[in-house]
Amino acid sequence: MAPPNTPAAKTERLMNLVMTLLATRRPLPKARIREIVEQYRTAPSTEAFDRMFERDKDDLRELGIPLVTEEITALFDDEPGYRIHQRDYALPDLALAPDELAVLGLAARTWSHAALAGPAAQALRKLKAVAGDADSQALVGIEPRLTTSEPGFAPLLEAYLDRAPVTFAYRRSATDEARVRHVQPWGMLSRSGRWYVTGQDTDRGEPRVFRLSRIEGQVRRTGKPGSYQPPTDHDPRAMLAADIPRDPAGTARVLVRTGHAHELRRQATGVTEAANGWQLLDLPYADRERLAGDLASLGTSVRVVAPAEVVDATRAVLTAAAAAHPTRGGQSGGGGEPGNGGVS
Amino acid sequence: MTEPHSTEAAGARVARLLSMVPWLVNRQGVDIRRAAAELDVTESQLRDDLALLFMCGYGSMTDELIDVSTEGDQIHISNADTIARPLRLTRAEALTLIVALRALSHAEGVTDFDVVERTMAKLEDAIGAGPDQPGDLGADTARIAASLDDGSTEETRALLKDALARHHRVALRYLVPARDESTERDVDPMRLAVMDGRWYLEAWCHRAEDTRMFRLDRIQDARILDVDGTPPAQATARDLSAGTFVPRPDDLLVTLALEPGWEWVAEYYPTESRTVDPSGVTITLRAADPAWVVRLALRAGGGVRVVHPTELAAEVGRAAGAALAAYDQGGDANVAGESR
Repeated sequence: MAPPNTPAAKTERLMNLVMTLLATRRPLPKARIREIVEQYRTAPSTEAFDRMFERDKDDLRELGIPLVTEEITALFDDEPGYRIHQRDYALPDLALAPDELAVLGLAARTWSHAALAGPAAQALRKLKAVAGDADSQALVGIEPRLTTSEPGFAPLLEAYLDRAPVTFAYRRSATDEARVRHVQPWGMLSRSGRWYVTGQDTDRGEPRVFRLSRIEGQVRRTGKPGSYQPPTDHDPRAMLAADIPRDPAGTARVLVRTGHAHELRRQATGVTEAANGWQLLDLPYADRERLAGDLASLGTSVRVVAPAEVVDATRAVLTAAAAAHPTRGGQSGGGGEPGNGGVS
Repeated sequence: MTEPHSTEAAGARVARLLSMVPWLVNRQGVDIRRAAAELDVTESQLRDDLALLFMCGYGSMTDELIDVSTEGDQIHISNADTIARPLRLTRAEALTLIVALRALSHAEGVTDFDVVERTMAKLEDAIGAGPDQPGDLGADTARIAASLDDGSTEETRALLKDALARHHRVALRYLVPARDESTERDVDPMRLAVMDGRWYLEAWCHRAEDTRMFRLDRIQDARILDVDGTPPAQATARDLSAGTFVPRPDDLLVTLALEPGWEWVAEYYPTESRTVDPSGVTITLRAADPAWVVRLALRAGGGVRVVHPTELAAEVGRAAGAALAAYDQGGDANVAGESR
């Protein structure tokens, strides 16, 4: 036996308890368990044993082990018995093929740099235990990865799964002050490597989307598990997508220089040859300001000719950029710009 | 690798042992080194684990204890019937796999869609068969939408995966938006990886004579060449945990002032410093290619102001002025004439 009061001794005790409760054909009273499990037998007093046994039961349930309490017989009417049913304990046979096991390995690896790395690895260990070996060549060099660098990820996921309302400090932008929000989480989603939580903002009485990187400090629970139910038709992707305009507002006609504006060309619905060295693109757009920014970023490689609202918006962006960047720089060594906020 | 056993909590070790025993039961006589590698533990830890299991049973009589033998470094384990099957998946364990599988099913070309669907069905069956699964796991996981789908095409993903598997060189036409250039290059694929929600090809680039990361949605055209594409020995995969942008110390240090509405720039790119005061946010960052700073400042229309170096600020001003002049003068008369 391992020396008492060490993690090894406790591991041994928990393993013995699991095996004892799985082996029994009828529920075992506490006194009987104490006789069977060696480490309980040597407990200094009944009280010490009781405390130890209570903690051990909690630990096993935490691991997902279905330890149940059942009535023993009429003879011991007050005292419950304990057991673990093999049918509830054991993972059913999945009969996984090598290619399926390879895909599961990939799914588990997807989380290997994220908050769920532990459960993912443990799940894979369980599945590999009953399966043959994976097709190790099938997915070599394929490395999908989901990252969860935001500290709020794990507490929000758990709160969502438990249906427990939460509160956190949230800033709408980098300069905004953080404000306290109260939210019932309905779902989570990732986009471009960032996580969002959707849910009911109970202060505003409306559903909202929150970006996890803008949560400051801790996410704390404000209510019991099972406090609410998300709407059955809730779809986090649809909710985030609704924030972004999708329908084209119009089609712009944009002149582009040959060999330039590659990214714009990929969005064009039509291309015609214009004058020497130029092509004319038909470019659908949803957001005028966004398109104006795209066009301004390409400088003299592009020129929008229609509609007037996009021409005006693009000229406005360029005018503002010119105003913010005086061209006499170069020798002045950083001084002299108006509105320079004291930056070295 | 699993953490050293001396600090491993009892609960975590029990969970590990309960999945280790069925693995060993199903592989009687397995070599101890192979077992350690596959179970992701050190050999000495595995030996400790086996010694501990030898003390465990459903009673203290010899015939009630697990029997473990490691003679000739081959592991045999018997009398472990009670724990010969692994424990069911917990909710968190099932959830991680299902959410990842669903994300993979939307990344066609990288994995075989049918295999993913088939695997997911088996997994859901096995989980659903439990008598006391809490809540509706299917509905729960459906509302956790992890995305591995980034706008790159299935054709590109499938072609690169094929090249990777067969070790063939690939000819790429690749867009470099920072310089508004379309480039041609031959590359030897090393891996397909996701960073910040986007697929990248890491490959040895014969033009740069170095390893490069290529964003899949910027690959305009890819062709598998009938040439061996095994990367040269000096091609080393980079550590992806640092993120997409890895600034180098000799990159140009740029100071940018961000107006309200443009603070996302400070969150999006790795910054060297960041100051917030009532007039706005000021950041410094390293730019490998000053061209993208110019484009960003043009796009932002004053929302992002280049403060330093002043020569770069002047370049933004000149670029904006030149573009405006084209509008004011009606530009090339030929072009203007055609388009009106």
